[in-house]
Amino acid sequence: MARISLKNLKKSYGSTHVIKGVDIEIDDGEFCVFVGPSGCGKSTLLRMIAGLEDISSGELQIGEKVVNELPPAQRGVAMVFQSYAIFPHMTVRENVAFGLTISGASKEEKDAKVAEAARILQMEHLLDRRPSQLSGGQRQRVAIGRAIVRKPQVFLFDEPLSNLDAALRMDMRMEIGKLHQQLGATMVYVTHDQVEAMTLADKIVVLKDGQVMQIGAPMDLYHDPANLFVAGFLGAPSMNFLKVKVQGVNGGKVLVSNGALDPVEVSGKRALFKVGDEAILGLRPQYLAVAQGAGRLHGAVALTERLGAETVVEIALKDGNPLIAALSQDAVFDIGAQMNLDFDPDKAHLFPNEPGAGSVNKH
Amino acid sequence: MASKFTVSNGTGWLMAGPAVLLIAGFVILPFFLAFAFSFTNQRLISPNATEFVGLANYRQLLDVTTVTLEPVRDDAGAIVIKDGAPEYPSLRTLTRNNPDRPDLAGMREWFSFSLGGEDRTYVLARDVVFMTAVINTFIFVLIVAPVQAGVALGLALLINQRLRGINVFRAIYFMPVVVSIVVVSLLWRLIYDGQSGLLNNLLGAISFGMIPPVDWLGNPSTALGAIIAMSIWQAVGFHMVIWLSGLQTISPTLYEAAAIEGASKWQVFRYITWPGLRNTAVLILIVITMQAFGLFAQIDVMTNGGPLDSTQTIVFQAIERGYGKQDISGGSAISVILFVIVLSISLIQRWLTREKT
Repeated sequence: MARISLKNLKKSYGSTHVIKGVDIEIDDGEFCVFVGPSGCGKSTLLRMIAGLEDISSGELQIGEKVVNELPPAQRGVAMVFQSYAIFPHMTVRENVAFGLTISGASKEEKDAKVAEAARILQMEHLLDRRPSQLSGGQRQRVAIGRAIVRKPQVFLFDEPLSNLDAALRMDMRMEIGKLHQQLGATMVYVTHDQVEAMTLADKIVVLKDGQVMQIGAPMDLYHDPANLFVAGFLGAPSMNFLKVKVQGVNGGKVLVSNGALDPVEVSGKRALFKVGDEAILGLRPQYLAVAQGAGRLHGAVALTERLGAETVVEIALKDGNPLIAALSQDAVFDIGAQMNLDFDPDKAHLFPNEPGAGSVNKH
Repeated sequence: MASKFTVSNGTGWLMAGPAVLLIAGFVILPFFLAFAFSFTNQRLISPNATEFVGLANYRQLLDVTTVTLEPVRDDAGAIVIKDGAPEYPSLRTLTRNNPDRPDLAGMREWFSFSLGGEDRTYVLARDVVFMTAVINTFIFVLIVAPVQAGVALGLALLINQRLRGINVFRAIYFMPVVVSIVVVSLLWRLIYDGQSGLLNNLLGAISFGMIPPVDWLGNPSTALGAIIAMSIWQAVGFHMVIWLSGLQTISPTLYEAAAIEGASKWQVFRYITWPGLRNTAVLILIVITMQAFGLFAQIDVMTNGGPLDSTQTIVFQAIERGYGKQDISGGSAISVILFVIVLSISLIQRWLTREKT
């Protein structure tokens, strides 16, 4: 059993605090993805779990055991690096068998385990090549092979697909997903790519500035973001944020409006809203539709991008703010044409307007 | 199509010109002149015309032969014992004015050995001093190359750490390199002094007077060793820096990957550091070998080849002969021999350390 438990984990370099008290519970066999913009501390956190970075304070448990002071090798983890970190002077076979060589395994054992890893990763034909003769995807496969031969309790992936081109990235993403099902091991995966996070994860941890913004299943985070940051980070194109005025409060429902938005009643569960407050209304571009009647939002078409399956329209709202709508149809809109949009109030999110809570200017 | 060198780059040639001329005049021309002189009887200053003498200079330097002598027997046929060892006929009877052995005329004993029987084999060389110089040079190279490379690697590993004040150590180890070898040699002559030298005082102090003072540079059995030790110390910082640059090209993630796999310090060195230093090692080995073959300044300042020729070296001999004895052709021949030796060793080293595919 390899649960991972991070309790109030902190990391600072001198007076610079990189990780500011993180609590995460990762269950055995779970695929957990740390996601966040660059510099949010997600890689540092992963390296702390691996044992490559010291833990300044807090407690780290792997498999019910406190491992704060254990060297990496004794934590029962394997790690796959963004730069692959495969040894350039060894063949693929030697690279994959490296951990076994280090621990003094017999030749038969090495051969058997390398063969099994090669079968799982479909790279039997590569075993006698050198890293310089491999493509990026093949190199990453070797790195994963080196990780799986030791049968670790925990796999750590540090942005493993960032150096691959887009098509290969998708293939490898699926392979890693399959690998997780096959091995059933606990995996912690760091990425800045929300698509990887959404597709692979059982549990997503969204990080920002060394703090956890939200932890949850991908769809929970998508449909119910806890704050402006998570709301804006997940989903593409990212969520529209409109500055609105609270007109009325009725139980859990809040009536809001602004210059371009007709009054609409939305759920106000994230904070205590009072009449007259400023608030932020979050609308996913996918949930906006061209109104049949008068609609709730009014503006003019500023730009359209036709992608075939959907059409992304940038609308200049009546109050001057921009709005992105992803309409699930291929349609032609004239630039400058008046446009009325509608949305399901249940799918709108109301956030308190706190300075620094998130990037409100991000559309 | 016109060559790249001649087309519209007069400015380039003008800029490179002085350097090209100097290199041609002081490096390339002397290189070919040395080859040419080595086949003549050219002297530094001589009223006589230069003559072509073929391989005579080389024969003079390299002629080596063996003579096996039976021990002297008395009238009864018993071996004459002198000073506890069998007596052998004098070599002089063979090498001086002996009409039967004109090939041995002028040769001298280099060393002798016995293959178990009564007979003794004498190795004769026409130029024993040169042979001693060759042997000394090889001893110097064979000790300095691995030891200096090894110590430099050790220092490089030590200073390749993130420690407070590590640059101070880097500077300390590198310092001897920036001091002229002549100055270093003069200073070490004081250190090695037989009476009140620093080394003797130090040894005396740590052994409470048990180790008697040694005249390090005046004793044939310690002089070459003393020069070897000093030479290693002087240039080790230079090679340390080259090793260091090699160490820093190894990606830190490789070390992290090894740490996660549980490699010990030795395994990290064996599987990651050393293979990553392969090209650096080839470079360092070749550079040290070439520098070591050029051993001259230390000898010239500290011992002048003595005592008893125990610190003669090839380059010292070349200069001694060419300028000391004004025998430019002999000195040139030595230079050419050195060139051939160094070239072949470099080629062998390159072949041994080639990338195996």
